[in-house]
Amino acid sequence: MLEVAGIRKTFFAGTPNEVRALQGVDLKIEPGSWVNVIGTNGSGKSTLLNAVAGAFYVDQGRIKLDGTDITRWPEHRRAKLIGRVFQDPFSGTAPTMTIAENLALASRRGQARGLSLALKGSRKGELRDRVAAMGLGLENRLDNPIGTLSGGQRQSLTLLMSALIRPSLLLLDEHTAALDPKSADQVIRLTQQFIERDQLTTLMVTHSMPQAAFLGDRVIMMDRGRVVHDISGSDKKRLRPEDLLSKFEELRRANQLDESAAEMLRAQYV
Amino acid sequence: MTLLIGSLTIGLILSLLAFGILISFRVVAFEDLTVDGSLALGGATAASLIVAEWNPILATLAGALAGATAGAVTATLHHRFDINRLLSGILVMTALYSVNLRVMGKSNVPLLSHPTVMSYAESLATTLFGDERMVSLSVWQAPGRDIAALLLMFVVAVSVGVVLFAFFRTNLGLAMLATGDNSRMITAQGVNVGLMTTLALFIGNGLIGLAGGLLAQYQGFADVQMGIGMLVWGVASVILGESLVRSKKIGLLITGAVMGSVLFRLLVAIALRWGLNPNDLKLITAVAVFVALVLPKFLSRSSELVRRPSRA
Repeated sequence: MLEVAGIRKTFFAGTPNEVRALQGVDLKIEPGSWVNVIGTNGSGKSTLLNAVAGAFYVDQGRIKLDGTDITRWPEHRRAKLIGRVFQDPFSGTAPTMTIAENLALASRRGQARGLSLALKGSRKGELRDRVAAMGLGLENRLDNPIGTLSGGQRQSLTLLMSALIRPSLLLLDEHTAALDPKSADQVIRLTQQFIERDQLTTLMVTHSMPQAAFLGDRVIMMDRGRVVHDISGSDKKRLRPEDLLSKFEELRRANQLDESAAEMLRAQYV
Repeated sequence: MTLLIGSLTIGLILSLLAFGILISFRVVAFEDLTVDGSLALGGATAASLIVAEWNPILATLAGALAGATAGAVTATLHHRFDINRLLSGILVMTALYSVNLRVMGKSNVPLLSHPTVMSYAESLATTLFGDERMVSLSVWQAPGRDIAALLLMFVVAVSVGVVLFAFFRTNLGLAMLATGDNSRMITAQGVNVGLMTTLALFIGNGLIGLAGGLLAQYQGFADVQMGIGMLVWGVASVILGESLVRSKKIGLLITGAVMGSVLFRLLVAIALRWGLNPNDLKLITAVAVFVALVLPKFLSRSSELVRRPSRA
């Protein structure tokens, strides 16, 4: 279970480039729940994910995972509990190393790494089975460098790696955005398969309204560093992509109204 | 013949230096400039301890440990105090010049009247070749002591290479390889990149210190200047090795480092034999590294130019 309470983050504070990326976000995710995060560019959705992953420390607020306060844990320590897939297919794997070596690295995520052989015969057999289960035919290419694979294949493997040891929380940061439609479909199918099989608690940022509407059991919409909509239960089940689009439209109008109202006030009183 | 054997031996000793550079520059992608200092530190420490009647092997290992510590300091300056990588290395290298003078108490420690690892080579020669001073190798003759030293250094270089190769197949070694390949990925897999880099520079500069200790004993003295230019020398060996093996696999890179180091030393010996002024050696080494870095890009561009008309 993830509990985020009142987190705030300002980048470049006190400079003209100041960005208030998170302005008090509260979020509680039940174990086994799959939450999609949507929002316009700069709404703070990726920042929220990175705050949970530990890419930076928040200015205020607390982050708890499985009852443990991880607010001050460095990124590599949080990896013990958190599996991640990035937007860039090149971020999640080590390109000059083979598929088997990458998987061997992931099979010790967050654990001590000692001087025992990383790829013993039996271990390699296990990994081969896990890769074969994805149905991409990569099990015969375990000794190829991962850099020779396509973006979709690399992203599928990153996904497998993030779930090789069951994570307490899975973070997906627009992990299909950089892929062609066919590979994106494939990666989404695998995502569903892994999450459902292991009942993973998941936080997924997405730009795709169909993904947000049809996958998972809850959607939150962010705007200007805050959560502005939180849809779950039967409302989420009835949700269609168009509903989300109209919510975006509402937000846009509201923001415009704010702007014009501010303009009017300035004109009259300043 | 003596010249050939001598340069092979030095090439093998300096392949340990090439291993160290391979680990810092290639494996964890850290441009570590400690090298010139840590090599001399290894030599200075080993020589001073040998003069203080230590067992030569223990003294050599102590030199390696000293070099390793210097590497760890460089990494710590970068990761703990956020100092730029190059500057961290330069700071430590500069400081080490004074440290080395302190360790030796003067700028040069001769070892000729003390038992060193080369004494082992001499007793090995006696066992192998009896009391004959010159040994015939088909048509050539060479001093038995030199041949034994060559054998000894061959065994050392190959054993260290094999141990390194084995290390890079362990869980820890694999994580170190990934640190240079994709630090974002390995962080997400729970590895502390700062700590891993520190370990890599510890091991790398340990090997460089080992090279320094062996070199001092081979040439019969340690000198505060003995590290100057060694970084570029090692980089040249690694690049030469890479172009020989044409692979990114760590096993081949390790083999390539040995081959590159020996070949480079041979080329230098030949050049000197042909009348190259030794004073120009470092200039020529630097130019050679420059050419090795630029040549592949130039070649791929010119091959494109050659191919283009045929496509049209």
